[in-house]
Amino acid sequence: MVITDEKIELQNPAPEVGVEELVDKEYKYGFYTDIETDKAPRGLSEEIIRFISAKKNEPEFMLEWRLKAFRNWVKMAKEEGQPRWANIHYPEIDYQNIIYYAAPKKKPQLGSLDEVEPELLKTFEKLGIPLEEQKMLTGVAVDAVFDSVSVATTFKAKLAELGIIFCSFSEAVQNHPELVKKYLGTVVPPNDNFFAALNSAVFTDGSFCYVPKGVRCPMELSTYFRINAADTGQFERTLIIADEGAYVSYMEGCTAPIRDTNQLHAAVVELIALEGATVKYATIQNWYAGDKEGKGGIFNFVTKRGKCLGKNSKISWTQVETGAAITWKYPSVILEGENSIGEFYSVAVTNNYQQADTGTKMIHFGKNTKSTIVSKGISAGHGNNTYRGLVKMQPRAKGARNYTQCDSLLIGDQCSANTFPYIEVQNSSASAEHEASTSRISEDQIFYCKQRGLNTENAISMVVNGFCKEVFRELPMEFAVEATKLLSVSLDGSVG
Amino acid sequence: MLEIKNLRVAVGGKEILKGINLKVNAGEVHAVMGPNGSGKSTLAQVLAGHPAYQVLEGEVLYQGQNLLEMAPEDRAKEGVFMAFQYPVEIPGVSNAYFLRSAYNEIRRHRGLEELDAMEFLKLLRQKMKLMNTDESLISRPVNEGFSGGEKKKNEIFQMAVLEPKLAILDETDSGLDIDALKVVAAGVNNLRRPENATVLITHYQRLLNYITPDFVHVLVDGRIVRSGGKELALELEDKGYDWVKDKNAALVGA
Repeated sequence: MVITDEKIELQNPAPEVGVEELVDKEYKYGFYTDIETDKAPRGLSEEIIRFISAKKNEPEFMLEWRLKAFRNWVKMAKEEGQPRWANIHYPEIDYQNIIYYAAPKKKPQLGSLDEVEPELLKTFEKLGIPLEEQKMLTGVAVDAVFDSVSVATTFKAKLAELGIIFCSFSEAVQNHPELVKKYLGTVVPPNDNFFAALNSAVFTDGSFCYVPKGVRCPMELSTYFRINAADTGQFERTLIIADEGAYVSYMEGCTAPIRDTNQLHAAVVELIALEGATVKYATIQNWYAGDKEGKGGIFNFVTKRGKCLGKNSKISWTQVETGAAITWKYPSVILEGENSIGEFYSVAVTNNYQQADTGTKMIHFGKNTKSTIVSKGISAGHGNNTYRGLVKMQPRAKGARNYTQCDSLLIGDQCSANTFPYIEVQNSSASAEHEASTSRISEDQIFYCKQRGLNTENAISMVVNGFCKEVFRELPMEFAVEATKLLSVSLDGSVG
Repeated sequence: MLEIKNLRVAVGGKEILKGINLKVNAGEVHAVMGPNGSGKSTLAQVLAGHPAYQVLEGEVLYQGQNLLEMAPEDRAKEGVFMAFQYPVEIPGVSNAYFLRSAYNEIRRHRGLEELDAMEFLKLLRQKMKLMNTDESLISRPVNEGFSGGEKKKNEIFQMAVLEPKLAILDETDSGLDIDALKVVAAGVNNLRRPENATVLITHYQRLLNYITPDFVHVLVDGRIVRSGGKELALELEDKGYDWVKDKNAALVGA
């Protein structure tokens, strides 16, 4: 396994509740559960919420917060039903047929890599994933020598010296409730949208980070350990706070295709930057996209938002979305502080029958705020790719500026790309620029590259990477290299 | 180096080349001339391996190997280079990066070590001096925003960097003014070696004022109807393609 100085592993969530306490709770709420069980029974109700909260030994305020969100969700579900305005098609999700809590660590089930699908192994090879990591990702037993827990401990110590808190969200609820109480839901309120409400009620875990005043986090924080990615829950909740003058760069995700029996993934990520602070958040997502007809793939419905609270603060989102059957997300920035900056760099790939409706919202409240949007959509196969962006300049946003560049690349003639830009400017000194382009990879381009000695894979890779250059530039270097490989793997077989 | 035997080629169901026979040795420059629709570009594309063309009959030996069985990229790695008549654009990919990737593929194929960015830049600068090319070329995306003349010059520049054994120039002179033509010709001449060979496909005799061919072949209606030395080109200029057609008809017809 490639472990560099810069990767941190999340610790396990809070330990299991003691028998007596749970028995007590059972009687109180009239709800019986076998404490030995790894999973909650299927379905969603207040009892399940209480079960989750109890399993995690959460303080009262957290349970109350969840219940409030749940009641809101039920109301939304009854009054409006699931939101259907996006340019994507998916079957009805039966929310009662989901297990909302399952124990985190999966026991190894396979004896060796020989038992894994050859296709999957081939993909791992192409992405350059080391053998030990391949084993972890597929549930093959790993040598005892391989111990990642001690590595994580060393780095946490380093961060602790600087006063940086980086832990699982569950731990933060236990050990730093005042921070959680102060900031949770301030960027994405529980009633913000259908999936955020659901997440707020049933979230299981995620990341929490707090960087104190004036501290520059010395390393890339990431949950990049692929083992953790494999164990990622359906309803992740992440909260990152950069105090005045602080700097933090965070990376989530994994180039390896992750399968999960859970189809719906509805995470919520909130970022807060106080005066003079910077938060950079990068995502590489390659969730299982389903078979060649798109059946069985994962639905990635995520709410991500950052708030530039203080003056001169900056939040930047970079995403490379190549997986999932459906990707539906708009990492956004609310620009309150004067002179604050919001950035969104995105590459979204849809191949076979994948669908994506993604983009961003840049909401300018403060004076001289600036936002930059660079969106690259690549459609291949029968993919359907939509960019949806909102640039809103509120009345107080004097001198606010936005630059948006939205490019689509079509490979083959069965795919589609759509753009829905919304621009609302309510201050006469604000400006918004929008440029868009659509192009195709032609067979002629591929043949030209071949005539110079490059094979088809390299040719497509080269053309596509040229197209995505501006976005990949924003990724931490090691991920830029992986993103390049990932892109060519995702487009395998797209130019026949 | 190159031996074409009885090559018949169709595209979209229509037969274009109706039995081409041609032999090119190392150190030679062959010009292939002909009227529009005669199959000149088809010949070039088939040699390069374009998938749209179907080989109906015949064989092509390149350095003793069966060229038609090789994938286009493998032909390139073995030293076959085609200067395209209509070079495509590759946005976002700089000339330097493109050429370095191609160059290193060929080096790897020959069992040599690849060049890193710095070493390659040095090489590029050498070649730019040799070809009298503008420095700004290297960082520009491949052919993006290039004028017709610039694209053709870029093709020759790429040829200079990749040092092919067999260069096929597909109407490299079309669309060029006299000055550009002279630059392109100078480039081609600069690269002439006893070990490599060039097939110049052209419509006009003009280019041959600057690049002296060893052999001239006239392609009419998918067949080579006349072959000769450089004087043949001058005769064509003087009498036109119809002269060759008529002469050929007379020979074949009666």
